[in-house]
Amino acid sequence: MLFLLCHSAELFVRDTQKNLHLQKPDLLIMRLWWWKILGGTLLLYTVIAGFLLPVPRLDILNETIRNLYFHVPMWFTMLALFGAGAAYSVKYLSSGNLVDDIYAVQFTNAGIFFSILGMLTGMEWARYTWGSFWSNDPKQLGTALSMLTYFAYSILRGGIKDDEKKARIGAVYNIFAFCMMIPLIFILPRMVDSLHPGNGGNPAFSKYDLDSDMRLVFYPAVAGWMLLGFWIATLSVRTQLLHFELEQKDIHQKDIQ
Amino acid sequence: MIKKLISISLFQLIFVINLNAQTDMADGLRSNGKIYVVVVVLATIFAGIFAFLVKLDRKISKLEKEKN
Repeated sequence: MLFLLCHSAELFVRDTQKNLHLQKPDLLIMRLWWWKILGGTLLLYTVIAGFLLPVPRLDILNETIRNLYFHVPMWFTMLALFGAGAAYSVKYLSSGNLVDDIYAVQFTNAGIFFSILGMLTGMEWARYTWGSFWSNDPKQLGTALSMLTYFAYSILRGGIKDDEKKARIGAVYNIFAFCMMIPLIFILPRMVDSLHPGNGGNPAFSKYDLDSDMRLVFYPAVAGWMLLGFWIATLSVRTQLLHFELEQKDIHQKDIQ
Repeated sequence: MIKKLISISLFQLIFVINLNAQTDMADGLRSNGKIYVVVVVLATIFAGIFAFLVKLDRKISKLEKEKN
């Protein structure tokens, strides 16, 4: 949905700002303010309503059910960021433009950051509801494997010196890592019994999320965290783009000399 | 008779309260208003993070403009 939103905004921007000769629609969206403010407002609402609105009274979970507004959106954000990274990797492979590679790397890095947050919050939550930080739950294992494939992405890139080669191998590996993540997180854990809700064949959240009070906070929370994740990712994209352009300038000046 | 009714209704009242209190929730925190302290603290932290991001964003925008 977010992608569609971004895409429609991109088309809209392309139509209306033609005369403003601003280089690229991607760059333009990253400079827009409205979606950042929207994300901030949604998160402020999440913090306030997430603690004040009623939640179902469930044994063992008790008040920790409110973690749903904070732990689960980490994974949604990670998924969206990894998706964007994989999309830019595909784009890089077809265009060969190193700028696309910068987008792919920074989106993926932000995704890794959110996956670490999701893992840590999940372990903290598990300690007090399932009894221990790590209980070899299928979803925990699948997610850990997926995170390891993404850590390997950073290590792989770090090991290649040539920029073109690094970008190309990185892009191919990134697409592979994204394709691996889908079965590891979304399919395999659902085929076996798991401590996570919604496993063993059922779609997630059916038990908790059906509660209309929780939906009132959960959906805005997911949207808000996603927007914040994209904001953080685009900030590092813009920094890296500046860095890249400075480097190009340096090379150009050396050529002149 | 009235005494009996009162005792039954009292019993029912206690029973209903017990039903609600079966699962431990932070009712105490909510009834004495201290949950608002938590909300205010979290809102402050979030406002701080938001302000930091805005500052960073504006700094990068400035650099982008200077470059052109």
